[in-house]
Amino acid sequence: MKDAFGTPQSLLILGGTSEIALATARRLIARRTRTVWLAGRPSPDLERAAAHLRGLGAETHTVSFDALAPDSHETILGKVFAEGDIDMVLLAFGLLGDQAHDERDPVAAVRVAQTNYTGAVSAGLVCARALQAQGHGSLVVLSSVAAERARRSDFIYGSAKAGLDTFTQGLGDALHGTGVHVMVVRPGFVRTSTTAGRPETPPATTPEAVATAIELGLRRRSETVWVPGALRLVMAALRHVPRPLFRRLPL
Amino acid sequence: MPWIPHFGEAPGKAGRYTGFLGARGDTFAGMPANAVPFPGRTTPLTGWGRTAPTATRLIRPRTYEEAATAVRACGARGGIARGLGRAYGDAAQNAGGAVLDMTGLDRVHAVDADGGTVLCDAGVSLHRLMEVLLPLGWFVPVTPGTRQVTVGGAIAADIHGKNHHVSGAFSRHVLSLELLTADGEIRTVVPGTPLFDATAGGLGLTGVILTATVRLLPVETSWMSVDTERARDLDDLLARLTATDRYYRYSAAWIDLLARGSATGRAVLTRGEHASLETLESSARARGARLTRRGPLGRPLDFRPSRFPVAPALVPGGLLGRTTVGLFNELWYRKAPRARADQLQRIATFFHPLDGVPHWNRLRGRSGFVQYRFVVGHGHEEALRRIVTRISARRCPCFLAVLKRFGEGEPGWLSFPTPGWSLALDIPAGLPGLGAFLDRLDEEVAAADGRVHLAEDARLRPELLGAMYPRLPEFRALRRELDPDGVFVSDLARRLGL
Repeated sequence: MKDAFGTPQSLLILGGTSEIALATARRLIARRTRTVWLAGRPSPDLERAAAHLRGLGAETHTVSFDALAPDSHETILGKVFAEGDIDMVLLAFGLLGDQAHDERDPVAAVRVAQTNYTGAVSAGLVCARALQAQGHGSLVVLSSVAAERARRSDFIYGSAKAGLDTFTQGLGDALHGTGVHVMVVRPGFVRTSTTAGRPETPPATTPEAVATAIELGLRRRSETVWVPGALRLVMAALRHVPRPLFRRLPL
Repeated sequence: MPWIPHFGEAPGKAGRYTGFLGARGDTFAGMPANAVPFPGRTTPLTGWGRTAPTATRLIRPRTYEEAATAVRACGARGGIARGLGRAYGDAAQNAGGAVLDMTGLDRVHAVDADGGTVLCDAGVSLHRLMEVLLPLGWFVPVTPGTRQVTVGGAIAADIHGKNHHVSGAFSRHVLSLELLTADGEIRTVVPGTPLFDATAGGLGLTGVILTATVRLLPVETSWMSVDTERARDLDDLLARLTATDRYYRYSAAWIDLLARGSATGRAVLTRGEHASLETLESSARARGARLTRRGPLGRPLDFRPSRFPVAPALVPGGLLGRTTVGLFNELWYRKAPRARADQLQRIATFFHPLDGVPHWNRLRGRSGFVQYRFVVGHGHEEALRRIVTRISARRCPCFLAVLKRFGEGEPGWLSFPTPGWSLALDIPAGLPGLGAFLDRLDEEVAAADGRVHLAEDARLRPELLGAMYPRLPEFRALRRELDPDGVFVSDLARRLGL
C-alpha cells in the first residue's frame, strides 16, 4: 500500500533497464519500496540492474517482457499481479530511434512507433485493469516533451510519444474515481547513456531529477509532471508559436 | 490475490459509456454483473486526513443479518467495518474489497438508568449517546476530541480521552460486546478473554463489532468546571502535569510547537471535572439566571453543542501555513489566562471544540494532512524534549498539538496507551521532506519505549511495528486462527502487515 505521501511499497517497472526507472527505483527504495519487479527483455543489463537494486535492500525479481509482443502482456503481467498488490507501475520502456536513419528505413520507424505507442497501449491497459481490480495504485507513464509539439528533428519518436501521452491522459480520466492514479511524466532532454552524443536541447535534465519529480508527483497525486518544472511554461508558450516561425527555431 | 484473467465484458447500457471497461457501476471489473454477491457502491474512500484514497465497495447493512451476509460474501479482497471515518489514516479503507458502513446500525437498545450501563449498536455515535444519556444524568466513560465517532470505532481504536490517567481507555468500560467473526457467526465477547484483548484496539481486524454494553459515568450537570493555566516551556509543563494531574479527572495541554528558543514547548493546560449541581446553581445565582429550559444556562443536564458553518469543500492548501498558524498559536497562548480556576464550560466546548466546524479536515486543503500521535515511556522525558525541539526547529505548522500524561497501560494487544507522555500533532501532508522527518521521529519514539497510534497512522515504517507493539505476534496468531482466509483486512493491515 502507498503511504500518506504516495510512496509505494511495491513497484513494477516496465522497461527494467531504463536509467530513469532505475533512478526512480533507487529513490523509492530509500523510502518505503521493498519489492521491485523489473520487466524487460532478458539481458545481462537487466540482471545487473536487479542485482544493483537487491544490493539496496529491495526484494527484486526480473520478468521477461517484450513491448513488441502485446499478445503476451496479459499473461506475463498477470503473473506479476497474482503475486501480490502492485502499488506503482512505472511504464518506462521506449525507443529513441535515429531520426535521420529511420526516415529512410520505414521498418525501423515502425519499430519505434510500435515500441513507444502500441506496446505501451497494450501494457498500459493490462496494468490499468489489474490496478483497478485491486482498487489502488499509481500508473506512471514516461512521455516526453517531444509529445507536445512536432519537431523536425525527432517527429517519429515524438509522434509515438504524442499518441502515448494522449492515451495516458484519457486513461487517467477513465480511471478517475476508481482509486487508481495515472500520471504522465514529460521530461525534457535527459542526459543518459542512450542520449549520449546527441545534441542537447536546453533545459536538459538528469534521471535523478526525473525521479525526484516523480516522487513529488506521487505525493501530490499530480496528473501531469514536467521535468524540469519550468518546461510547463516554456511549452505553454511554444505550443502557440506559428509554424513558419517554429520551423526556424533551433530546436 | 487471484489473478482475474478476463475482466468481463461488464455490459453497460446500450450506447452509453459507463466508465472504464464498463466498470464504474456497482461492480468491480472482473466481476460479471450477475455474480455480484452483495449490492454496494464502488467509491473512493480516505481517512479523516484525506490522504491515499482507495476504491472500495461500500455496503451499509441495516440489520445484523445483512452484516453477516456481507461478511460471508465480501470476496477475495475481504472487508472491514467503518464508522464515521474519523480515523486519520487508512484503518477503515479496503482497496478493491468491501467496506461495511456501520452507521446504519444505530439503535440504542437499553439504558440502565439506575446501574449506569447502556446497550447499543456499534454504529451509534458518542454524540447520539450524549444526547440520550445526559438528560438521564449519565455521561460516556471516555470521549476523545470529537463526539463524531461510533461505539464500534471507539472499541476498535481503543480511544482514550483527557481522563486516561484516571479512567483508562474506552475498552476498559466495555462490559461485553457482540462480534461478527469471519465464519459469519456472532460471538459474545467479555473482558479478560484473548478475543476481547485482541478486539480492543484491534482495528476491526478480528471481526465486526455489532453491539456493546458500556459502563457509564454519573454526572449532575452537563457543565465542566475548568482550571486553566499557562506553562512557559516544556519543563514547566511536564512539572505541572506530574505534580497536579491526579487532582483532576480530565487533563490535557495544548502545546505551541512553533515557539522557539526559551519558549519551546510553551503550553496552555486545561484541566477540569464535571461541575456539580451546587457549583452550577451558585454560578447561576451569581449571574442572576435561573436553570430553566429558556434560561441562558438551560437546565442542568441540557446538552447544547454550538455549531459553526461547515468548512467549504475547496480550500487552498496553504491556508494554514507557518504564518497563519504561528499567528494563531501566539494569540491562543496570549489569550489564555495565566491561571484561572473553576470556569464553567459546556461539555462540547471543553472536549470537542473542533466538532463545531463540520468537515474541519478540509481546512488543510486538497493534499490533506498527517496526524502523528505517539507516546514515550516515563523516564524518557529527554527523548520527548528532543522530539519537541526538532519539531519546533523544523517549523511544522501544527495548531492542534496536544500533550497528555497517560495512566496505566491497556490490556488490549494493539491498544495505543501505555504509561508515559503522549503528544499528538497534525501536519500538512504536502510539507517537503515530511516522510523522512517522521521516520526519524519514529526511531526516537521506538527507542524510548514508545509507539505511534495505529488508528491515526498513515505512514509508519512496517519494520518498527514489532518494537512498538510487543504483543503483535499474539495478535497475528489469533487472527490466523480466527480468520484463516483473511476475510478482515484493511489498507492499514496490508501496509503494515498486521
